[in-house]
Amino acid sequence: MADVPSDAPEHCPGTSSDQAGKSSACQGCPNQNICASGAAKAPDPAIEEIRQKMTSVKHKILVLSGKGGVGKSTFSAHLSHALASDDSTEVALLDVDICGPSIPKMMGLEGEQVHQSGSGWSPVYVEDNLAVMSIGFLLSSPDDAVIWRGPKKNGMIKQFLRDVDWGEVDYLIVDTPPGTSDEHLSIVQYLSGAGIDGAVIITTPQVKTQNTHPCSIKSIFHIFVT
Amino acid sequence: MTNMDSSEPGSLDQVKHVVLVLSGKGGVGKSTITTELALALRHSGHKVGILDVDLCGPSIPRMLSVGKPEVHQCDAGWVPVYADPQQQLALMSIGFLMEDPDEAVVWRGPKKTALIGQFVSDVAWGELDVLLVDTPPGTSDEHLAVLENLRKHKVDGAVLVTTPQAVSTGDVRREITFCKKTDVKILGIVENMSGFVCPHCSECSNIFSKGGGEELAKLTGSVFLGSVPLDPLLTASLEEGRDFLQAFPQSSTYTAISDIAKTLLSSLES
Repeated sequence: MADVPSDAPEHCPGTSSDQAGKSSACQGCPNQNICASGAAKAPDPAIEEIRQKMTSVKHKILVLSGKGGVGKSTFSAHLSHALASDDSTEVALLDVDICGPSIPKMMGLEGEQVHQSGSGWSPVYVEDNLAVMSIGFLLSSPDDAVIWRGPKKNGMIKQFLRDVDWGEVDYLIVDTPPGTSDEHLSIVQYLSGAGIDGAVIITTPQVKTQNTHPCSIKSIFHIFVT
Repeated sequence: MTNMDSSEPGSLDQVKHVVLVLSGKGGVGKSTITTELALALRHSGHKVGILDVDLCGPSIPRMLSVGKPEVHQCDAGWVPVYADPQQQLALMSIGFLMEDPDEAVVWRGPKKTALIGQFVSDVAWGELDVLLVDTPPGTSDEHLAVLENLRKHKVDGAVLVTTPQAVSTGDVRREITFCKKTDVKILGIVENMSGFVCPHCSECSNIFSKGGGEELAKLTGSVFLGSVPLDPLLTASLEEGRDFLQAFPQSSTYTAISDIAKTLLSSLES
C-alpha cells in the first residue's frame, strides 16, 4: 500500500508509488522533487539499523488479533513466563500497544522506569532471563494518556526496536494492540530486514464475531503480504 | 424521511443529544452497551441514532440484524439504515461504506482519519433525541477524527465502558484523561461483565473481579451509571441479532440496562 502523507494533495499517488512526483496531482506539492527523484521510495534506513540490532535475537514472534479483549496481553505475558521457566533461555517481551499498554501491570512491573545507558535503553527485568519493554514505563502516572496519531506511534515502535539494548535473546515476543493498523504495519515493516518467525493469532469462541470481523485473519495475513 | 432544515449536508442541528461511547480497553463491550442503550431508549419512546466508527469492528449491524444493506445518498448526505419498521432506531456504520465485505482493513492513521472525517459529517440523521457514537478502543487517530468533526456540532459528553478488573480500569483511566484533555464531559462510567449468575444454581461468580468500575468512578470523581452482568442470554441475543430487551424483560440484566439508560437520559435533559 502506497504511503500517502496526511498533508498530501488530493489524489496523491503515494510516496512509494511508481507515479510518485510524476502524476498530475503532484503539481505544486512541496515534496514533488523528492518523490520524483525516488528518494521517498528508498527504504527507511532504520530497517537496516534494526536488522543489525536484531542479530542477537534468535526468534521474533508477534501476538495478534483483530478483535480487542480476547487475551493477547494475557497470552503474551504467560508465554514469556513459560519460555523463561527454562533458566538457560533468554526471553524478551515487547509491548507495542502504545495507547493501552497492559503488559507492565500483567508482569507486576507498574511504576518501573526505563534507564538509558551508552548501549541504549535498558529494558526492565522481571527475572534474570526475562526482559520487558513498554511505553507504560515511560509514563509518569497511571492516568497519563498517549493521544498520538499514527506517525508518532510508528516512531516509538522504531525506537523500541532500534534503541533498546535487548542483549542476547532467544525469543522476542511482541504484544500488539487490537486491529490491523499503524502499529502492526510498522512492526512488520521495521522487522522486514531482521525477519519475523511468525505470528500467534488469539481468538475467542464466538464464531460469527471472528469470521465476519473486518480486521480478521484475512487482514492479518494481508499485513505480511504487503 | 424528514425534511432537512439546514442546507449543510449531514447537519446534526435536529439531533438533541450526542453521546460518545468510549473505552481505553478493547473487548469490554462498547458496542454491546451502545446497542442496548439505544434499544432501551427506543423502548422508552425516544428516537435514537447509532453512529459506528469502529473500522476494525463494526459489529453493530450484526447486533441489530441489519446485515449489509445498500446505503444511499440524498442531498443532505448518507441516508441512515433503520433497524426497525417504525424508523425509531437509525444506524450508520462505517462497515456499510466498504465495498467488499471481505476486504482486508489494513489502514494507517491518515487514511482512517480521512474516511472517518467524511463519514461523521455526512450522515443525514434528521430528527433524533439521542445519537450514540460507538468508537474503537484507544486514544488515537479515530477518536481525534471523530471529535474534530463532531466539534462543529454539540457533544454532550461520553459514557465510558469498563470491566471490573484492574487491567481494564487502568486503560479507562487514560481514556478519562483523554476526555479531560479534549474537553469532553464524562457523563458516567458503566461496568460491563460485572459478575456471572449461574443459570443452574443462581450463584454469582465475579469472573472478571469486582468493583473496579465503581472504584474508578470514585477515584476520578465521575458518575457511576451502573453495572451490567455477564449474561449468556444477552450474548446469545447479540450473536443472533435479536432485541434482548424485548425478549427478556424479566431479567435482572434488563433492569440494569434500563436503569442506566434512565440515568443517562436524565443527566442529558437536566
